[in-house]
Amino acid sequence: MTSNAVRIGAEPGKLARRTILTVVGVVFAIPIISMMEFTFRDGLGGGYTLEHWVALFDPEQNSKYRQLFQAVQNSFVLAVVTVTIILFVLLPTMILVQLQFPKLRRVLEFICIIPITVPAIVLVVGLAPVYGIVVRVFGGSVWTLAFAYGITVLPYAYRAIQASITSVDMTTLSEAARSLGAGWLNVLWRVLLPNLRRGILAASLISVAVVLGEYTIASLLNRQNLQTALVQVSKSDPYAAVIFALLALAFVFLLLLLIGRVGSTRPGRKTT
Amino acid sequence: MSDTIQQAPGATVDFVDVIKDFAGQRALSGVNLSVAPGEFVALLGPSGCGKTTALRALSGLELVDGGSILIDGVDVVNVPVNKRDMGMVFQSYSLFPHLTTIENVEFGLRMRKVAASERRRRASETLELVGLSHLEGRYAHQLSGGQQQRVALARALVTRPRVLLLDEPLSALDAKVRVQLRDEIRRIQTDLGITTLFVTHDQEEALAVADRVAVMRDGNIEQIGTPEELYMSPANPFVADFVGLSNHVNAEHVGGTVTVLGTRLPLLGERQPDGPVTALIRPEDVEFAVEGIPATVVASSFLGSLRRTQVRVADGLILSIQHEVGEHPAPGDPVHIMLRGRPVSASPRV
Amino acid sequence: MTVANAPELLSGDAEASGPRRRLSGARRRRGVTKYLGLVPFALYVLLFLAVPTLIALGTGFFDGDGALTLDNVSALADPVILATFASSFWVSALTAVVGSVLGALVCYAMLGTKPDGPLRSFVSSASSVLAQFGGVMLAFAFIATIGIQGLVTILLKDTLGFDIFANGVWLYQVPGLLLPYIYFQVPLMVITFMPALEGLKPQWAEAAATLGGTRWTYWTRIAGPVLAPSFLGSLLLLFANAFSSYATAAALISQGAQIVPLQIRAALISETVLGRSNLAGALALGMIIVMVVVMTAYSFLQARTERWQQ
Repeated sequence: MTSNAVRIGAEPGKLARRTILTVVGVVFAIPIISMMEFTFRDGLGGGYTLEHWVALFDPEQNSKYRQLFQAVQNSFVLAVVTVTIILFVLLPTMILVQLQFPKLRRVLEFICIIPITVPAIVLVVGLAPVYGIVVRVFGGSVWTLAFAYGITVLPYAYRAIQASITSVDMTTLSEAARSLGAGWLNVLWRVLLPNLRRGILAASLISVAVVLGEYTIASLLNRQNLQTALVQVSKSDPYAAVIFALLALAFVFLLLLLIGRVGSTRPGRKTT
Repeated sequence: MSDTIQQAPGATVDFVDVIKDFAGQRALSGVNLSVAPGEFVALLGPSGCGKTTALRALSGLELVDGGSILIDGVDVVNVPVNKRDMGMVFQSYSLFPHLTTIENVEFGLRMRKVAASERRRRASETLELVGLSHLEGRYAHQLSGGQQQRVALARALVTRPRVLLLDEPLSALDAKVRVQLRDEIRRIQTDLGITTLFVTHDQEEALAVADRVAVMRDGNIEQIGTPEELYMSPANPFVADFVGLSNHVNAEHVGGTVTVLGTRLPLLGERQPDGPVTALIRPEDVEFAVEGIPATVVASSFLGSLRRTQVRVADGLILSIQHEVGEHPAPGDPVHIMLRGRPVSASPRV
Repeated sequence: MTVANAPELLSGDAEASGPRRRLSGARRRRGVTKYLGLVPFALYVLLFLAVPTLIALGTGFFDGDGALTLDNVSALADPVILATFASSFWVSALTAVVGSVLGALVCYAMLGTKPDGPLRSFVSSASSVLAQFGGVMLAFAFIATIGIQGLVTILLKDTLGFDIFANGVWLYQVPGLLLPYIYFQVPLMVITFMPALEGLKPQWAEAAATLGGTRWTYWTRIAGPVLAPSFLGSLLLLFANAFSSYATAAALISQGAQIVPLQIRAALISETVLGRSNLAGALALGMIIVMVVVMTAYSFLQARTERWQQ
């Protein structure tokens, strides 16, 4: 039996829905499948092999992959530092603004949207001189890139955390907790943060995803992260590059699936 | 004003054994209801009783699984929504946000391919009927809740439908606006003579506006009658409890007589087996007396035109008494109360 | 924590009624202390967003020796640079239009499915991945698909005898960007436009039906107009996204500067381009102007949308 909404035309019928999604789904699966097919190819001569995948785990072949493994490590370090910046700089600021400086909320929102208008390719033009100083203070290792990444990630992290903040009346909760005798530290740790868990988790996961996929700044500031390594390796060993690309895609997909599940488990608000 | 908006006499509406199932749950279990032309019937009941389902089945927004729905004698169950020629007012959010008030009202006429100037004229008239001519050019987000519902009403009426359906139109409004608007809806409805079905969970509202009220529970109509009939002669304890306020008092029933608080009262409604019961006594059927059942005043509330006082009787039971404002009992005062000799509703006590 | 010792600051106005007194020294100090909490973030944003942006905008006005000049900015009018902007424009516009139409179609197809159900979760996650994570890996994907040895290339050649590269290998030039870009534009549209479709209230469709409307009239007279600002806004967002995209182009076109981001790359890597040393800055300035215009229009349309979907 067709639903009411379909009958009055507000929603697509089953056939329309299935057709559109199947066609689009197939078309979008093709590049992924092509990548997978590629990783099993045995050179230009045709035929297939598991060689490339097996080599991943083979310690002898590891020298080929060493650069990539190092790059993965770099990217993970970058992800961790970026998430740290988000949790220890952005999050407290957002909470502070929500509780104490409500008028500044629009300003904060505007600031966090700027990175969309000032894309990485533009930002990097101005980052080079700044990083000259950063290198002098912190040294030239990769993790310092996270400072720039924290900015790149701002729009996504802000939106994720803000969604949580607006769904919780933080002012009322903190006033209630304070009237019951809680000091600010307790209010933050026992009352506010537990209620913001969803947004915090979503913000962290999406930050990891964005950091893992970042190429522009790393490349133009001459540092090695996962994406720059992929480009470099692809010139000498395309199979290794594509394998890692697939693995990275799968990993991020799972991460984001996780965000979706985290967002959907809402505590008890069932309507009868 | 109303002669230019002359309604054709309202249609008759008949529900005949209407059945509706939702994923294993029976929402309507053989509903039978006949509405006369121009009559205003309220469907009243708690959440989940089927009142909204019945209304939506009539409008065509829900399909029925059994039975028929007749408009002027013609079965419409297979007629699609947009061909049933009914006006419907929803609880909220139904105004089209991108159209002005007048454009919203015109919409039904536009669907019927009425010419632009004629459309505008009739829409203006109907807007005037609901008193909002001065807000013609406004958008929904610029109107208050009450104003939005008036526009929704005008929009539903402009095409002169055979039947008007209102799905809890006042539930989302402030108390004061609710009372004003319900009187207006009633007035307009009477002027136009359009057959109307009105769904609500607020019994006071239903009693105030309707010609007849159908009290529903679990997909069935428990009782249908005038507001007075429902209030004075509830068919069963559910209706008695749902309509108006009641005190629940432990009592004994023997052969048609209920003994409650030492007073013997006739049983209201159908025969019951003898035994312990819960009697339902209206607050206005308890009164202060010079001598009678001793009690102590617990609290008293001033409600404007009357007072409601809580008293505690010997065994700890709290009774609610409704009385004139002249008497002003204070908490702790010893008083005497007695029950008026009216038939009383009672349900078996487990 | 500075705020911990000043509970009265939570209620905002420490001096409610009564005659206005000059803040005593202690009070004044605490008033300022309140703002200390904002300093870390402010400092961070200043150092890594404001300063780089200003530098990016400003270097265009200085030459290699540090003197003020309009040379770089005037280079923007150079036919080569203009051609670059034009390429960026048409690639972004085309992929934005195609992406928004296809994306809207997918959103429509998902109308009415359970928001927390498996289909939505999958599509949502897949869209997030492809939209925000593309870049280099998309380039790989498309080389694997329609590259010279790509799966589809070979399939087409073997089964249909159709050589897609008969007139030259276009994958590694500007037209080769179209398919990869559409590949991330469609998911981005799905992410940005779906909320708008979900914001369509069922009461509108039901009211339209009771008033005699058909499926056609609902979509053309109600859903269409209501969704229009949001659709246009999303389209603009897609445009901005393609315009500022770098990674995919960089991975596909290893040498050359056919679109603006690649032009910036060229300007950053070599000392002078077109005889000017700070062309990157001028290009960045040009890009920002385009982005600001587009994003301003976008936020205006967003405000419109929000107003109707309170």
